[in-house]
Amino acid sequence: MTTAPETTPDPLPDAEELPEDARVGPLRAMARIRRFEERCVELYSAERIRGFMHLCIGEEAVAVGLMGALADEDAVVSTYREHGHALARGLPMTSVLAEMFGRVTGCSRGRGGSMHLFDAGRRFYGGNAIVGGGLPVAVGLALADAMRGRSAVTACLFGDGAVAEGEFHECLNLAALWHLPVIFCCENNRYAMGTALEREHAQTDLALRAAAYGMPAWPVDGMDVEAVALAAERAAAIVRAGAGPCFLELRTYRFRAHSMYDSDRYRERAEVTRWKERDPVDLLRERLVAEGRLDDERWTRLVAQVDEEIEDAVLAAEAAPIEPVEDLERFVYSEPS
Amino acid sequence: MSLRRQTYREALREALAEALRSDDRVFLMGEDVGRYGGCFAVSLGLLEEFGPDRVRDTPLSESAFVGAGIGAALGGLRPIVEIMTVNFSLLALDQILNNAATLSHMSGGQLAVPLVIRMTTGAGRQLAAQHSHSLEGWYAHIPGLRVVAPATVADARGMLAPALASPDPVLLFEHAGLYASEGETNGAAVGLDGAVVRRPGTDVSLVTYGGMLPTTAAAAERLDTEGISAEVVDLRSLRPLDADTVLGSVRRTHRLVVVDEGWRSGSLSAEVAARVAEQAFYDLDAPPERVCSAEAPVPYAAHLERAARPAVEDVVAAAHRTTG
Repeated sequence: MTTAPETTPDPLPDAEELPEDARVGPLRAMARIRRFEERCVELYSAERIRGFMHLCIGEEAVAVGLMGALADEDAVVSTYREHGHALARGLPMTSVLAEMFGRVTGCSRGRGGSMHLFDAGRRFYGGNAIVGGGLPVAVGLALADAMRGRSAVTACLFGDGAVAEGEFHECLNLAALWHLPVIFCCENNRYAMGTALEREHAQTDLALRAAAYGMPAWPVDGMDVEAVALAAERAAAIVRAGAGPCFLELRTYRFRAHSMYDSDRYRERAEVTRWKERDPVDLLRERLVAEGRLDDERWTRLVAQVDEEIEDAVLAAEAAPIEPVEDLERFVYSEPS
Repeated sequence: MSLRRQTYREALREALAEALRSDDRVFLMGEDVGRYGGCFAVSLGLLEEFGPDRVRDTPLSESAFVGAGIGAALGGLRPIVEIMTVNFSLLALDQILNNAATLSHMSGGQLAVPLVIRMTTGAGRQLAAQHSHSLEGWYAHIPGLRVVAPATVADARGMLAPALASPDPVLLFEHAGLYASEGETNGAAVGLDGAVVRRPGTDVSLVTYGGMLPTTAAAAERLDTEGISAEVVDLRSLRPLDADTVLGSVRRTHRLVVVDEGWRSGSLSAEVAARVAEQAFYDLDAPPERVCSAEAPVPYAAHLERAARPAVEDVVAAAHRTTG
């Protein structure tokens, strides 16, 4: 049993004394996602979280590098593997976890769960669980921004599996044809559920395929958050300038199985181990330590702060109310505001 | 506005032009809506008046442009998306069901999708099985959508403005056989949820919608000459279904015939008959009758297509069965 937050003594009295190096920010954000999802595994095993749950452990650099390059007025369309995207976009951890607990305080009132996190105020248009299904919506959001003369861009996240869907090709064509401000962000983790990239694509160079639609497209080291951030900033600048869409192939890897139901029989352990050698959290942490920007003490403190936030979110979710059953059919149609 | 005579096609065009003129958030997109003028010539001339940004030709990418309509609606616009036929809309079914109909509820009421999708439905022009089906009943199955089927010139003229004012997605089904039909309209708005009694009668209720209204009205005329007074109810809205108007009619006539161009099994006609059986069973003097399309893909050959669709004599025969 965790102590209630109001009685927790501050274990880090000097946490605010030294300003944090700007390059530690992304490390903190990645560690926050990592520790959050590791806690989610425990909560899933304890049956506090149910349904499908897809973890992005190993892919945190994509979420953090990309979201850091976006402005508040930009829009995000994501997939069912979106805990990291949501947290990095700024959705409060309390509302994300409450959602996974099925509570009315959740960011979708408990109607969506892990796969369908929404936050209209932060222009976070969900967690779409139909592979490829978010791309047309992203094109439309960008169309609205373009037609209204707004400078916003829409970041559309999807996996390598979506590249095999017809909607991918329809949408890249349409966005390029109409010069729409979309950053197509392909989170290539090399597996469409259990089917490896080379077993699902005749041409596995996904950036090459996107380039065929006449847009700038390039591969990015998706394990290096600083490389992702640079690429995302460059893409956002191109798109915001009105040059039409861009495509980023963010080459990454999920360390965990596809979902909590997946026994992960389709890949070699050695492959997973090899990718873990380029763990995005370790990669940046070691780089910052080598450059003298971080030491063990600060790292320990950072992790403790993150863990405290997570435990607070767990307590809040446990205590949160559920939606009354009488409200089941609310919002099938809009309510007068 | 005074009463004017025009075609169903002209009424739709006038409604579109009015919407484009009165609200700069409104735009029309779809296959060949611009330079071609719409495959049924509904949008002819609109490109010239409103320009290519607001009368937008799309590639043949139903899922992308319907989904783009959803995204544009989320982004504050009021898109009107035209799909050539309901058969083609199946390529966009994922977007219509999993996004348009679902986002409001699944997001806990944070999102609304004020999108209008117009599409053609129905048979009668020898276009064979992939251009002729009547699948509006499928869409009427889906919570989160509003589904309307204007059957008259006045409804064609008056339903678009309320559809655009709705914060929820509205599907507007235009029967291909109605485009050249003529009628009168004063341009007034027509509500999206109400059925209407097109012809009062006392002996049997003929309940129909959309492209089957002329057939049903003709059947009522013929029944009249045979001494049977038929009431014709036009559902107008397929979702929500105005059960009260249907039940009210059945309570007056005590007999029900549903005329629906969809296939019989699992159809809208089944829904109407079930509601009447549930809520007005003891008012019925005869089992409900249904007149639907033959349970086969719509064929090309004229005589086969004719045989596949509900005809005036089928409706008359069904009414006779209820009146004994």
